[in-house]
Amino acid sequence: MGIKFSLLTVVALVLAVFLGVKAAGLQYFFGVIFPYAAIFIFLVGFIYRILKWARSPVPFRIPTTAGQQKSLPWIKQNKIDNPSTTAGVVARMALEVLLFRSLFRNTKVELREGPKIAYQWEKWLWLAGLAFHWSFFIILVRHLRFFTEPVPFFVHMTDRLDGFLQVGLPGIYITDLLFLAAVTYLFIRRVVIPQVRYISLPADYFPLFLLMALGLTGVLMRYFTKVDVVKVKELALGLVTFQPKVPEGIGVLFYIHFFLICTLFAYFPFSKLMHLGGVFLSPTRNLPNDSRMKRHINPWNYPVKVHTYAEYEDHFRDKMIEAGLPVEKE
Amino acid sequence: MANVPKPNELVIDHRPPATGWMDTPVEFRPGTWCYAAKPKNLEAVGLPNPREWSPIDDDWKLPDNWKQIVLEGLRERLEKYRSLRIFMDICVRCGACSDKCHFFIGSGDPKNMPVLRAELLRSVYRRNFTTAGKILGKIAGGRELTMSVFKEWFYYFFQCTECRRCSLFCPYGIDTAEITIIGRELLNLLGCNIDWIAGPVANCYHNGNHLGIQPHAFKDMIEFFVDEIEAVTGVRVEPTFNRKGAEILFITPSGDVFADPGTYTLMGYLMLFHEIGLDYTWSTYASEGGNFGLFTSHEMMKRLNAKMYAEARRLGVKWILGGECGHMWRVINQYMDTMNGPADFLEVPKSPITGTVFDNAKSTKMTHIVEFTADLIKHGKLKLDPSRNDNHVVTYHDSCNPARGMGFFEEPRYVLKNVCNHFYEMPPNTIREQTFCCGSGSGLNTDEFMEMRMRGGLPRANAVRHVHEQHGVNMLSCICAIDRAVLTASMNYWVPGVEVSGVHELVGNALVMEGEMERTTDLRGEPLPGMEDSDDEDL
Ligand code: HEM
Ligand code: SF4
Ligand code: SF4
Repeated sequence: MGIKFSLLTVVALVLAVFLGVKAAGLQYFFGVIFPYAAIFIFLVGFIYRILKWARSPVPFRIPTTAGQQKSLPWIKQNKIDNPSTTAGVVARMALEVLLFRSLFRNTKVELREGPKIAYQWEKWLWLAGLAFHWSFFIILVRHLRFFTEPVPFFVHMTDRLDGFLQVGLPGIYITDLLFLAAVTYLFIRRVVIPQVRYISLPADYFPLFLLMALGLTGVLMRYFTKVDVVKVKELALGLVTFQPKVPEGIGVLFYIHFFLICTLFAYFPFSKLMHLGGVFLSPTRNLPNDSRMKRHINPWNYPVKVHTYAEYEDHFRDKMIEAGLPVEKE
Repeated sequence: MANVPKPNELVIDHRPPATGWMDTPVEFRPGTWCYAAKPKNLEAVGLPNPREWSPIDDDWKLPDNWKQIVLEGLRERLEKYRSLRIFMDICVRCGACSDKCHFFIGSGDPKNMPVLRAELLRSVYRRNFTTAGKILGKIAGGRELTMSVFKEWFYYFFQCTECRRCSLFCPYGIDTAEITIIGRELLNLLGCNIDWIAGPVANCYHNGNHLGIQPHAFKDMIEFFVDEIEAVTGVRVEPTFNRKGAEILFITPSGDVFADPGTYTLMGYLMLFHEIGLDYTWSTYASEGGNFGLFTSHEMMKRLNAKMYAEARRLGVKWILGGECGHMWRVINQYMDTMNGPADFLEVPKSPITGTVFDNAKSTKMTHIVEFTADLIKHGKLKLDPSRNDNHVVTYHDSCNPARGMGFFEEPRYVLKNVCNHFYEMPPNTIREQTFCCGSGSGLNTDEFMEMRMRGGLPRANAVRHVHEQHGVNMLSCICAIDRAVLTASMNYWVPGVEVSGVHELVGNALVMEGEMERTTDLRGEPLPGMEDSDDEDL
């Protein structure tokens, strides 16, 4: 149900642009109004979500400790997986965000007769996840060439590195292939692995279809229909300089591609894609394990009712005296 | 006690059912749920809605506005815990955590996948607290809070041992234990706790420990072990109780005082303290290291934990030494100082024997006995004869809480390797930070839950069986009182022939005490290696 619903939604989105541009001539809407709206929703929504998270305090220091604690001086601490300093936390977070450290631990359980249990090597999710995120990021950076004049050196550099495989004309970007392959893999595993399929919601399929469509339209434009890049850049520069104009003669494929990415941006703050921001705020990862060394303050710590020693002694005094236990009041 | 199928008759099927999880209502099967909290135990600590009820009743006797209470409670906790808010929002359902939970591995029930356990609460969160969920409902993964959903929470939040193994593998560190902890808080708002937790909480609050041992009986029990030690070693140790002016207050879980094989570990502590001449005292008021408040609510955890510092202050000790316990140390490491500190009336722990200052505890002022002993051994302050443990081929079970809530890995291994000659590690996927839960933690170590406990214990037992077959391991050591009790049951079920011990039991065996007689048995009264015949001479 989730798959069909999500797929149909993406098809409907594509059809909407196609008809909008081809039949109704809504180039200005799809080229200017919706992109501005999407970026606005993205920025406001993103900041709102982050602030909402940040407003809830972190009452307790609850890092998941994944290595040896700081202990006696002759015991070697694992300073990254169980950090006790800010530098350690920064290293831990960098490994999480840039290399998906936790996902790299992944294994797969296999149940055998007996019952017996075995653990299988399973790094495919890690690999596909990494391939997907890095290629998506690099593709975003490459796209900056449309939005800048002159184009900054790091964009040129990324472009050159990414396109070093000089296959065909125009040269093929490695990230294009990686991106499509990885997204396809993420989709296939979601459908094929029974457990993952069982937990999947429409909100898990939708972004994958959106990304696939995004990638496919991009590839079609670049390698097959050969969109007029000069005019696209004119439109893009118009947007960023707040002098929007819609040049004549850009193919409908471009509008579809552009609409899909804008949809992704607008959808972002309302979805699980917010893990982009959340991972940085996750209290099991971004805190040092130092709460025995330094008192962590809970802003809403409040007094509670306890059973005091005096109450305890009042209750048991006779028995304590009889047993020869010291008491405060004879 | 419900009938538990034999190990080879236990059906485990990892394939999810045909119906979607939102449309598969919970079924309370005997052996997979725990009895309801008795009203007297809730009343004893002033928890809401005390009443006679059972989870298999149709009517759970909740107040009419129960839904409002739960949703209001959830809203309050979203505002108080960033962890909850973020964990509700960012799961991508990648499934990396799904087969990391011992309860899923041993039961195949998809709602025991950490991600689905969390979705039970998350679906209600989405329906009531997110825009998409309010408008789109089920399409956005939202779910109305109904009685059936609430019952599902009870069933599955008391089928999670809060072991945090899932959180280790999650790319965002989503900790289903944290969600379970808060889920149980919500259940407790309506008096829906289990009795195996509520009972110890009530006992601990009033009598000082989970078992409700009264002060004079507590003293008697410890003195019983003084006699036992004398019988084995010829040395009479002299513990003191509630003594003002002692240098150190010692607190350990009461399970060590009460239940084999924890009692042998307790004997190990007593012998060690005597041998090094430690100036320490027991307390009958703070006679519990464990804290079943952690399994009830943050507030209850604080109410029970408060005794440690209060008693240290009253007795005027310099610092606190803590025994071998799992969840006790999670509370001490991650909550105690924040909740009940600052402990500015204490001094930074310093070993009176070696002079070592435990800087890593300079704020809580509480040191783990295994850290303390490791330091003694490192400085050569103990005379040890590891050959006395030669009948034991030992492996070590990392308890979840010291492992993933603290990072306590090398200290116990160092001690073990110094007190026994035959030590083998279990496979790397199953130890240290990746360790598996015993299957009965977080207050689920009750008899009526036995089938689920054995299922949850399978991954740990499976790894023990591996070293049992490969290296002849016959002793599973650990630093947790619950482990000592429940792993014994799990070993009897899955790997007969393997016994369970605390680390300090093995220390006690190896410790050569001044003035001791020639020992013929270990602390359990079993003959030492080469002494198998001397039993007969005694007779
Ligand atoms: C920083 C650490 C990050 C980690 C560990 C991470 C991890 C993941 C994982 C495990 C998935 C799930 C793949 C699946 O569906 O099975 C995913 C999906 C996704 N992530 Fe990230 N991510 C991170 C940051 C980002 C960032 C910076 C973006 C920026 C756009 C992003 C955007 C996405 C998108 C678009 C998807 C695909 C949607 C989907 O699969 O449903 N992520 N991420
Ligand atoms: S590993 Fe984390 S993100 Fe993935 S399904 Fe589990 S809780 Fe969600
Ligand atoms: S905390 Fe442990 S028991 Fe609970 S869901 Fe995670 S792995 Fe399972």
